[in-house]
Amino acid sequence: MLRDKYQKEIDEILSRYPVRRSALIPLLYVAQRDQGYVSESAMQEIAKLLRLTPPQVYETVTFYTMFNLKPVGKFHIQVCKSLMCALVGSDTVIEWIKMKLGIAPGESTADGLFTLSAVECLAGCGTAPMMQINEDYYERLTEDKLDHILADLRSTGTSSLKTGPFMWPEPVNGKG
Amino acid sequence: MPQHELILLKNMMQPSYTGSLQDYEKAGGYQAVRNTLGKVAPADVTTIVRKSGLRGRGGAGFPTGVKWGFLPKDYHGPRYLCCNADESEPGTFKDRQLMERDPHQVLEGIVLACYAIGAETAYIYIRGEMVLGSRILEQAINEARAAGYIGKNILGTGINADVWVHRGAGAYICGEETALLESLEGKRGLPRIKPPFPATHGLYNKPTVVNNVETLANLPHIMNRGAEWFAAIGSPPKSTGTRVFCVSGHVKRPGNYEVPMGITIRELVYEHAGGMRFDKPLKAIIPGGASAPFLTPGHLDVKLDFEHVATAGSMLGSGGVTVMEEGTSMVWAALRLMEFFYHESCGKCSPCREGSSWLVQTLRRILAKRGRMEDLETLLDLCKNIAGRTVCAFGDAEVAPIQSTLKHWRQEYVDLIHEAETANLIKPEPVARH
Repeated sequence: MLRDKYQKEIDEILSRYPVRRSALIPLLYVAQRDQGYVSESAMQEIAKLLRLTPPQVYETVTFYTMFNLKPVGKFHIQVCKSLMCALVGSDTVIEWIKMKLGIAPGESTADGLFTLSAVECLAGCGTAPMMQINEDYYERLTEDKLDHILADLRSTGTSSLKTGPFMWPEPVNGKG
Repeated sequence: MPQHELILLKNMMQPSYTGSLQDYEKAGGYQAVRNTLGKVAPADVTTIVRKSGLRGRGGAGFPTGVKWGFLPKDYHGPRYLCCNADESEPGTFKDRQLMERDPHQVLEGIVLACYAIGAETAYIYIRGEMVLGSRILEQAINEARAAGYIGKNILGTGINADVWVHRGAGAYICGEETALLESLEGKRGLPRIKPPFPATHGLYNKPTVVNNVETLANLPHIMNRGAEWFAAIGSPPKSTGTRVFCVSGHVKRPGNYEVPMGITIRELVYEHAGGMRFDKPLKAIIPGGASAPFLTPGHLDVKLDFEHVATAGSMLGSGGVTVMEEGTSMVWAALRLMEFFYHESCGKCSPCREGSSWLVQTLRRILAKRGRMEDLETLLDLCKNIAGRTVCAFGDAEVAPIQSTLKHWRQEYVDLIHEAETANLIKPEPVARH
């Protein structure tokens, strides 16, 4: 049960809002972090916590693309395919990943490590092509960089190539 | 290239600047809160902002001070401020930088806005994908709360303003202010019919102001240096201040550039962004995010301010400037944007929900060289029946790429269709009857 496991966090979330239902999306995030996706039992429990009906929770969760209603791979690769990224090669990035991992958008690798999605704009147009893997952004992608990222993820579960606090172009000494 | 004074990006341009409270204070941060709260009447803050000419940086460009002025004066219940950080307009990536590199500048703006409108609670609605940004903001809020700039009894003035980060979950439409409010209430992000406007019936049906990140980040500077100072920057009287333009596409140096409003597209593209990659000729420009109609090389000398871009037939929007080189298929570009709008249509209004799907199918058919001349009329007819016939501005936005590419590059559509007809490799699909 989420309540037993995350009591303090849930109470803190509820305290931010004068109306309980506002805590719905934050609580769905708690559920997704716990299981990797939002399960039906989690939705039932959240409905009780917020004094909503299960359909009220379901109608909200199905509107938002970031909630997975079924399990996804350990690393969810989301490549931006919108125009600004496509202008500078996002389709090629998707092809590389297809070749390297043997999966098309919407599919997962058999070992359950990777899921590939082609998604719409992630606000990294100036550093395109780019992708998001779980919580991290990876930008200005090249085939070499992609190889490094995938190898890093396989071996350590994270990669130092992820974007830190964003700024582009980066500040230069003696300028600006 | 003429050097312009940086306002919003000034701190972060220092390579040693970390965005911490300490760094921000060292750069003069929170002086506006110190000098305003309890010292300048809230109504006077609104007047100053109105006189500065500051207009919303999210897309619609509504005058900020005027928006604040719509709140009921005689209402004594709770009021809310929502910081719109749902930056999702394709081509736009400025708010992300403002939040992640100088979060206190945004927070100081939020506190000032809360004070001006009498709100004791503010929610930063940040797009769900920006996990790092939400963490940086939460950390900054904790710092500011500990230092007494946020929370109860700010700096001993008796004024309260608490700030919370609320993550969205991947819906473009939640950048529309009433959809944002619905989403913040835990519902599907479906835009509300206006009126009533959020100023009177907003979050939880209470008076609410929704302001964009960049808009709010301007407030400390306006309070510190005065309305006249701000009003003299840019392209007065209607487009004052700077804009952080996000340049993307086929340029040598894409990225965020803060410049006074009113510089030309040419200056932004060829000087700041370094010109075209591979030095190819420029073919098309989107001046204000995916919702803004395409412009042509003939528009390179158009000034980047609200009026001039509107006169040229487009809009300044969110400041996302996308540049395309010669050789880019405009039909393909319109389709890519149309696929975005189809994916993001919230489904509330039939013209947008059904029309976006129909537009995508028709464009795909033309691009696959299976189109026929009637398709062009179908496209225009659909566009005409979507724009202005939906609850929110999404309907107007989604037809912009098609209408503008058909206006400027109609021949590309015609060529694809002719190719389909003359090659006759595949029989054109029968015209759909609806």
